[in-house]
Amino acid sequence: MDGDQLHDIIAGHQGRKGALLPMLHAIQHEFGCIDAKAEAEVAKALNLSRAEVHGVVSFYHDFTPAPDPRPMIELCRAEACKARGVEAIAPAAEAAAGERVNLKTVYCLGLCATGPNARVGDTLHSRLDEAALLSLVQSA
Amino acid sequence: MTIVFISDDAQALACGADAVAAAFEKAGCTVERVSSWGMFWLEPLVEIGGLGYGPVRVEDVEGILTRHAELVSASTPHPSSSATIEAWTLERQSPTVKQVQGDDLCVGSLEHHPFIARQQRHSFARAGKTRPLSLVDYTATGGWTGLDRARSMAPADVVAEVTASGLRGRGGAGFPAGIKWKTVLEAKGTTKYIVCNADEGDSATFADRMMMEGDPFHLLEGMAIAAHAVGAGEGYVYVRSEYPHAIAKLNAAIALAAEKLAPFRVEVRVGAGAYVCGEETSLLNSIEGKRAEVRAKPPLPALEGLFGCPTVVNNVLTLAAIPHIMAEGGASRYAELGMGRSKGTMPIQLAGNIKHGGLFETAFGITLNELIHDIGGGTASGRPVKAVQVGGPLGAYIHPDQFDLPFDYEAYSVADALIGHGGITVFDDSADMGAMARFAFEFCAAESCGKCTPCRIGSTRGVELIDRILGSGKTAPDSVEALPQMHNARKAGRSRDEEFQLLEDLCETMQFGSLCALGGFTPYPVRSALKHWPEDFGQAGSAQ
Repeated sequence: MDGDQLHDIIAGHQGRKGALLPMLHAIQHEFGCIDAKAEAEVAKALNLSRAEVHGVVSFYHDFTPAPDPRPMIELCRAEACKARGVEAIAPAAEAAAGERVNLKTVYCLGLCATGPNARVGDTLHSRLDEAALLSLVQSA
Repeated sequence: MTIVFISDDAQALACGADAVAAAFEKAGCTVERVSSWGMFWLEPLVEIGGLGYGPVRVEDVEGILTRHAELVSASTPHPSSSATIEAWTLERQSPTVKQVQGDDLCVGSLEHHPFIARQQRHSFARAGKTRPLSLVDYTATGGWTGLDRARSMAPADVVAEVTASGLRGRGGAGFPAGIKWKTVLEAKGTTKYIVCNADEGDSATFADRMMMEGDPFHLLEGMAIAAHAVGAGEGYVYVRSEYPHAIAKLNAAIALAAEKLAPFRVEVRVGAGAYVCGEETSLLNSIEGKRAEVRAKPPLPALEGLFGCPTVVNNVLTLAAIPHIMAEGGASRYAELGMGRSKGTMPIQLAGNIKHGGLFETAFGITLNELIHDIGGGTASGRPVKAVQVGGPLGAYIHPDQFDLPFDYEAYSVADALIGHGGITVFDDSADMGAMARFAFEFCAAESCGKCTPCRIGSTRGVELIDRILGSGKTAPDSVEALPQMHNARKAGRSRDEEFQLLEDLCETMQFGSLCALGGFTPYPVRSALKHWPEDFGQAGSAQ
């Protein structure tokens, strides 16, 4: 984690009301994680204890303590996608993903009339069948 | 030059709208990206000269242009290539367009399509018709009239009109919006806030997303009216991180409309994947940069909300109803719609295994039979409907026997169900309700904020309990439970009746002992699944 870059991100958000979440989002986006060093720097800048910052980092699903270099596919497995058969196609995708692809379960991408749905980065995929989901995993 | 309208709503993009748009441009058409009509089974939906085509694949483009030329030469003059919203509106409403018979490619006139014509679209009046970030389109379709009128009135009069409209919070709790605003207006303090709850985490809901992506100025207008009514200078829209397109559209809209909104200032805050942030007090903690734990009430957020200041926290759909209400005579028109104490319209979201899924805004009082069968066309799989869940993951599963229940806060409450955010998930007869009950606990365990014990621990115990009932969980005491010093641990397995009694006790504890709706409403899907489909829990007769 580049110290100068971290300082720039922190300084960019420091004056805002409720600066912690926007700051953590920016750090997670830039470095792919929020590690102990980043927590300490953020705590110092916002006059919080490291425990308070760690409490926030560990609370939210979007923040991770260590980077995961694997490609990530977010697959919705909430009710509407279950009703459209996501559970039937998920095992094959899990097998294909193995350890190489991070196939993450999320609850709802807001595309509930045309599921099963998945998200890769900011690209959304709808009406997935087993073949389409497998090809997403294989090309990830 | 033929003008082709294609939505840039996330749902359309997920179905491949960008590639279709590029193909039409390549074929020499002008493509305008508009909001979505909310007919998601037809996405990517293409509109040319008031006629709809969908779902369109890239290879269909040439055929559509040929077919369209035949249709219009037979019935109407060639569609106008005039690039004004007024011309487009006239074209959509033209009687000759209405007469065009659809075929397997063309669905006919969109404006007159049964799915659209049956609706009473107020909040979503612009859906499908305007370019989301065009201030010209917004103003030409009646935008800002509610705000201009509200700003010419005293704040207390604005609050009185909102109260008179009968508008209730659309996030789920159904609390009267006018009373909340009145509390904030009368609260002491120089700094007050408007917070828009756009943490739309319920499965089967997408109306907030459609509003933010398709008509962002409309939401901002509602927030600005609320700010004027209660004396707030700043507002926040808290959007979940799963909605990157909505976040981008809102940020762009705020920059474009800043001058009109001034002196009111709005900022978007992005969630971080916590479902519980849809609960208003945990949302406030999240904006403040804290763990999104639920706060005990009182104090009410209306008195001590964001940063300890009086705060209006309203759902996207509540605020989106406001511009219409504040138009001349809007409040009384709104109050005339609906039934009982549920006034106005509700944007209902048809989702899951349904043939015609999408957004259906209508006055309260409509039944599930109409929604699922007449409008939704039954299941997408063609199999019989087994259950519908109304109100998201915390809503009850409703049996087809109850499908004559009118869509109304009180009627649902009497039936031990809830309307929630208006999402309806349809399941066909392949659904396993035992598995769905287990998922309700599993979801609660994954998303619990951890502050109160019934939700934090009860949800995990619930998963274990359902596993035992379904025959896959452990029944014998584990090595720790078997220790002599574990006086209270059970040493022998339970009978099935005892397991069901325990489940009932657990549901009761969670329902009445939890701090917020997450733990408090998780028993709804569990109990309703057990009550209506005991056979899915291995019970022949009545389980309760």
